[in-house]
Amino acid sequence: MSQYILKRLLLFIPTLIAITIITFAISHLAPGDPTELKVGVSNESMKADEKSQINEQAKQYYKAKWGLDKPLYMQYLIWVGNMATGDFGNSFIDNRPVMSKILERIPVTASITFIVVFLSYLIAIPIGIYSAARQYSFADRFSTFLLFVFYSLPGFWVATMGIIFLSNVEYFKIFPTSGLTTLGSDNWSFIERLWDRVHHLILPVICSALASFAFLSRQMRGSMLEVIRQDYIRTARAKGLTEKTVVLKHALRNSLIPIITLLGGLLPGLIGGAIIVESIFSIPGIGQLGFQAIIARDYPLIMAELVLAAILTMIGLLVVDILYAVVDPRIAFSKK
Amino acid sequence: MSELEPIGILPSESDEEKKATDQTYRKMVSRQFKKNKLAVAAKYVIYFLFLLFILADFLANNKPIVAKYEGEIIFPVFKEYFVDLGISKWDTKFLNIDWKSLEYDFKVYPPIKFYPTDVDLFNSSTPPSIETGHFLGTDGIGRDVLAGLIHGSRVSLSVGFIAAGIAILIGVFLGSIAGFYGGKVDLTIMRFIEIMQLFPGFFLIITIVALYGSSIWFIMIAIGLTTWTTNAKLTRGEFLKTKNMDYVQAATSLGLNNSRIIFRHILPNAIAPVLIAASFEIAGAILAEAALSFLGFGVAATKVTWGSVLSEARGSISSWWLAIFPGFMIFLTVVAYNLVGEGLRDALDPRLKQ
Repeated sequence: MSQYILKRLLLFIPTLIAITIITFAISHLAPGDPTELKVGVSNESMKADEKSQINEQAKQYYKAKWGLDKPLYMQYLIWVGNMATGDFGNSFIDNRPVMSKILERIPVTASITFIVVFLSYLIAIPIGIYSAARQYSFADRFSTFLLFVFYSLPGFWVATMGIIFLSNVEYFKIFPTSGLTTLGSDNWSFIERLWDRVHHLILPVICSALASFAFLSRQMRGSMLEVIRQDYIRTARAKGLTEKTVVLKHALRNSLIPIITLLGGLLPGLIGGAIIVESIFSIPGIGQLGFQAIIARDYPLIMAELVLAAILTMIGLLVVDILYAVVDPRIAFSKK
Repeated sequence: MSELEPIGILPSESDEEKKATDQTYRKMVSRQFKKNKLAVAAKYVIYFLFLLFILADFLANNKPIVAKYEGEIIFPVFKEYFVDLGISKWDTKFLNIDWKSLEYDFKVYPPIKFYPTDVDLFNSSTPPSIETGHFLGTDGIGRDVLAGLIHGSRVSLSVGFIAAGIAILIGVFLGSIAGFYGGKVDLTIMRFIEIMQLFPGFFLIITIVALYGSSIWFIMIAIGLTTWTTNAKLTRGEFLKTKNMDYVQAATSLGLNNSRIIFRHILPNAIAPVLIAASFEIAGAILAEAALSFLGFGVAATKVTWGSVLSEARGSISSWWLAIFPGFMIFLTVVAYNLVGEGLRDALDPRLKQ
C-alpha cells in the first residue's frame, strides 16, 4: 500500500510538469497583449501621437516588469522555478502576490463546495437506494425522470430564474440577490450573522448542487441495481432476511464504493461551475477571481488557478483511490 | 492494378456481409429504442429544432417571403440567400430600405415579422403580446425574443455538432492509436488523457475563448479540445476488445498496413459507443456555448444566441420573459440530446435485451 502511494506521488512530478506546460502554453501563446489593457485605460485628454508615445513607453515598462520581454522558455522556467518556492508571481491588476489573493478567497469557495458535495451525497444516496430497491415502481420512474430533468437543467438558468422570481420585489423577495452578507451585518449577533450567511448561500448552493446531486443519485441507483443482482444478495434473501436488511445491510455497503470514487471526478466540474455561479451571485470566491482574471488577461492569476485546480483534483483522485482500497478489501494495489 | 490484387476483392465481400448484419442489428437497436417513449419524444424535439435551424429565415424575418411590388413579384428572403452567396445583387431601389414601409400589392410575411437584430424602438422591454407582434416579448432595446430564439438555434446547434465532431475526431484518432499499438504509445496517450481530465473543463474553455478570441470557431475548438478525452477512452476500450479478433488477424496476414487496419477494419466495429456518447457531448457543447454567451464571452455581440438573450434578463429583472424562454430553449435542447443518448445507450446495452 505505502509502495503504491509512493509510486503515485512520484508520478505527480511528470504530471505537474505537463500541467504547467499546458497552462503556460494556453496563456502565453494567446494573441493579444496584456499590457494593452493595463495601459490603454487612462490618458484620455492627451493628443493622439503624444498618447501613443507615452503608451508605448508604459507598455515597455510593464513588459520588462512582468518579464514578458524574455524568450518564452525563459519565462516558463522562471515561472516554474518561482512556483517551486511557493511564489506564483504578482497579479497584473494590482501587483499583489497571486497566492495571497487566492488564499483569501479559498475559504468561501471551499465551504460552498463542501456544502454542495455534502448535501448532494446526503440526498442522493437515500434516493438512489429507494429508487433501486423499488425498481420500476411509480416512485422510481418519477424520481428517475425528475433527476434526469435536474441533470439537464442549466445552472445559470436556475440562477437567473431564482434571481428574477425569488429575490425580486416585483415577485417574491425571499432571498438576497448577491454577495455573502448583508451590508452592516458586522455588529449583529452571531446567530443573526449565521442565518444571514445561510440565507445568502441557499440559491447559489441549489444552483451548483442540482447537477451533481442528480448525477450522484443516478449513479447510486445504478450501482445499487448492479449489486442487487449479485448472488450473495440472492443468498441473503433465500435465508429469509427482510428486504430492509438485505438492502440496507448487505447491498448498501458494496454499492457505496463506486459512489465514493466519484468524489474525485466531481471536483473539476465544481470548480468550473464555481465561475458561473460565483459571477452570477457576486460571491467573492476563487471562481469570481478567476473570471475577473480572465477578463483582465491577468496571466499569473489565470495560470495559478488552473495549476492549483489541477493539483487539487490530482490529490483528490489519489485520496479516492486510497479510500477505495480501504473500503473494498478486494482491491489490492501491491501484488502479494 | 488494384483488380489484380486479392485485397481488392476481399473488402467488397466483407462490405456486403457487414451490410447484411448491419441491417438486422440496426433494426434490433431501433426496436429497442422505440420502447423508450421519452427518447422517441426527444427525437421529435430534435427534429423540431432542426426545422427551426433550416427554416429560421422563413419563420422570423423582416422581409416578406413573397410580395408583389410595383407590379413585380419578388421573393426577398430567397433573394437574400443569393445575394449573400454573391450570385445576385439587390436592385438599387431595395438597398437600405425598410421592407415594412414599402407599399405592396400583396405580401406574405413570415409569422414573426422581425429579424433578431431588428430594434423596435417603440416596443422595448414589452411583455409577450399578440398586438405588438412580439409573441415572446422584447428585450431592453426592443429586439424580438422569439426571433432571437429561432435564429439562436443556428448558433447552438452548429456549435453543438461541430464541437462534438472535433472532440470525436481527436478522441477517436488518439484512442484508436492507443488501443491498437498498446505499450508505450498507449501509456503516453493515457497519461495525457489523465492530465487533461485534471483541469476544470469550463475554466479551460472560458480561458481559451477569452484569450484567443470570442468567435464561434474558437468556441467550437475550445469545447472540442477540452472534451475529447471520453471519446479516446471509449475508442481505446473497443480497440482493446477487437484487435485480437480473427478478422483483424486476417487483415494483418494479408499484409495490409496498420492505418488501413485501424481505420477501415477495426474502427467501423468500434465506433458505436463513441456515437452514443456523441449525443451527450452535443448536449454538453450546447450548454457550454450558452454558458459562455451568458457570461458575455459568446459569439460576436451582433449575433443573438440563447445564452445572450438569457443574460439580458440579469440587466432588467422585471422582464420575466427574458429569463424563462431562452433558458427553456437551452434546457429543452439539452434534455432532448441527453434523452436520445440515454435511449441509444439502453438500446445497445446487452443486459437489457430481451
